[in-house]
Order: sequence, then C-alpha cells, then structure tokens
Amino acid sequence: MSRMIQGHSLPIGRSRWPRLLRRGPMESLATALIVAGVLMLLQPFALVLYTYSFVTTLIGIVMFTIVSKFPD
Amino acid sequence: MTEQTGLSLIDRAALVTPPSLARRVHGLSERAIAWVFITPTMLLLLAINIFPLIWTIWLSFTNYRANRPNAPVLNVGLSNYQSILTDPDVWAAMTVTARFVFWTMLIQTVLGFTLAWLIDKKFRGHGLWTTLILLPMMLSPAVVGNFWTFLYQPQIGLFNYVVAAMTGVPPSSFQMLAQVPLAPWAIVIVDSWMWTPYVMLICLAGLRSIPDYIYEAAEVDRASPWRQFWSITLPMALPFIMLAVLFRGIENFKMFDMVNLLTGGGPGSTTEVASITLKREAFEKWRTGYSSAFAIILFVTVFGLANIYVKALNRVKSR
Repeated sequence: MSRMIQGHSLPIGRSRWPRLLRRGPMESLATALIVAGVLMLLQPFALVLYTYSFVTTLIGIVMFTIVSKFPD
Repeated sequence: MTEQTGLSLIDRAALVTPPSLARRVHGLSERAIAWVFITPTMLLLLAINIFPLIWTIWLSFTNYRANRPNAPVLNVGLSNYQSILTDPDVWAAMTVTARFVFWTMLIQTVLGFTLAWLIDKKFRGHGLWTTLILLPMMLSPAVVGNFWTFLYQPQIGLFNYVVAAMTGVPPSSFQMLAQVPLAPWAIVIVDSWMWTPYVMLICLAGLRSIPDYIYEAAEVDRASPWRQFWSITLPMALPFIMLAVLFRGIENFKMFDMVNLLTGGGPGSTTEVASITLKREAFEKWRTGYSSAFAIILFVTVFGLANIYVKALNRVKSR
C-alpha cells in the first residue's frame, strides 16, 4: 500500500495504532455500552440497574463520539 | 449538471439573481459566499436547538420553578438527577414505556415485513393496495388520536362492534380506554395501525434491493422457497429491518401526542409513559429544574440510540 499516514513514513497497513484501539472494535464496545444503558433504563427487574443506566449510556455516548475519530 | 437548455444550475441561478444582489456578491470569495448562505441557518439552529438545550442543561442543576419566576434560583448540583434515578414512580413510567416500545416494535416489524413481502410479489392491483396501506402514516397523530377515541367509544364506537361480531361479547361490556388491562393495548393497536406502513415501506426497499440473480442461482441449486426466504430474503433485508426497528424504537420512546390524546396517561398511571410523566412534572407540578433533568436523561437515551441508528444507516449505505 503506497498511501502514507499524515506526517509518518509508515504505510497504513502497518500503523502503530494499537489493533484493539481501532475504530471498529471500539465503536462496537461503545454501542454495546449504549444498548446496555438503554436496557438498564427500561428493565423492570432491579432499581439499582435503573439508577446506573444514565451513567452507562452517557459513558457509551462519550466513548462513541471519541472513538469514531480513531483510525480504522 | 447540464440541463436540456445547455445552462448549468449555477448559470441559471446567476441569471435569476437580481443585479443589485449580484453587484454586492461580486468580489466575495467562494468561502465568503458559502458563509453568507449558511449563517442564517446556523443562527436559527443555535436559537431554536442549541440554546434551549444548553438552557435546559443549566436548569437541570437548579431548583427553578417556571410558575415562580421571582423565587431565588439555587444550584442543587446532581440532586435532580439523583432523585429521578432513584424514584420508583419514574422507574414505573420507564417500564410502561418499555412495554409500549417492545410490543409496538414487535407488532410493527412482523406485520410490516409480512406486508412488504406480500406487496413485493407484485400481484394484480398491488399499487392500489400499497397506497391504501400507506394512508394511515400520512395522517396527523392528533387526527388519528381523536378519531380512534371515537372508534373506541363503548356505545357508539365501531371497534367494540367489530370485536363483538368476531367474539360474541356484548359491545358495551368492555372499554378499551378506561380499563386497566385494555388501555395499554388500545395505544399499541393505534400506534401499530399508524406506523406499520412505515416499517413496510423500509422493508419493501430492502426486499427490492435484493438482486434477482441470487434467487435464480438458488433456483438452479433447487433451494425450496422456505430455504430461499431464510437464507437470502431475511439476511439481506435484515439491515433495513434493523433500521426500521431502531427508528420506530426512538420514535416510540418519546411518544407523547397519541398517548396524551387517547388516555392522557390513565386509567391511573397504566399508560403513563415517560413523556407524560415529564409533562406532568413540568406543567402540572411546575418542577422545571427536576423536569429539565428528566428531559436530559431522555435526550441522552435518544441520542445514544440515534448514534446506533446512524451506524446502522452507514452499514446499509455501504451495501
């Protein structure tokens, strides 16, 4: 691959960006957190889950917003 | 893009621009012209969307009451959020919302996909049927809420007579909007009646996007219609179904108008969905700070779902 990352000499395929921190898996994790938060908000079983639902959703959204800028 | 007249869109726009405006615009850079056009929209968005949002976020940390504008406004920190997220009554409203969202999504997805699958068969008069099925979606929720209130009337309502004809129970023996076990279903029926066509439309787009050659290949391989449905139709239409489910989920999560018109949250609090609770806190109890915090919680939830929706949309687009 001949394209280079801005200002770096490494090809995209050999980016130094950690594999686990790439956009795809991180976005999936953030999505899972949002879904978990929404389910916690709407579930009828435990008040404690409902209490922490908002924080979970908020963390998921903030994470989604940040990781959507990560490289693929 | 060149039109039949030979003039491009930009040339035609230049022709219809008044000379006085053209003189003023002449000499501005393309970037400046772009800003001139974008600025009014941005200002409008700031005034209508962003400012109220920031104002609501600020109010959510205060004890402000809109019916006492001269009372001192105190910063109460996170206590509004804390009391909402530990209140069993608000939690109950959330579970009512959850039940409503679950059943409407399930019914609308199953019915919508079935209708789309049938319409896709292109039988005689399918165009007319498509138009008829789409009609409820085009009505205003206020109109739908009002006329379903009449349809549900136990004495004169058509709904009770239809149920009576089908089951044999006397038409005035049940009240869809006034009985605790029936009222939630009354709203689910109306919402499904109104929005199943929308789900059908999206599913139809999904079904029409499946290339015919895949079915032809399956025919060559002697795949049964049942196998074709499970291995081709359903997996390929699934992103579209997901899109419809997510969109309807978001819409039903913040459902207000129809519930307010049909039951107003009653009988008791059987159909008190989150938005009705929010309205009661904001405009009946006048706890503006508290209701602002509640609105922010609902907003964050919808925003989270919208993020997933956009992700699903991009996946469909990339197909």
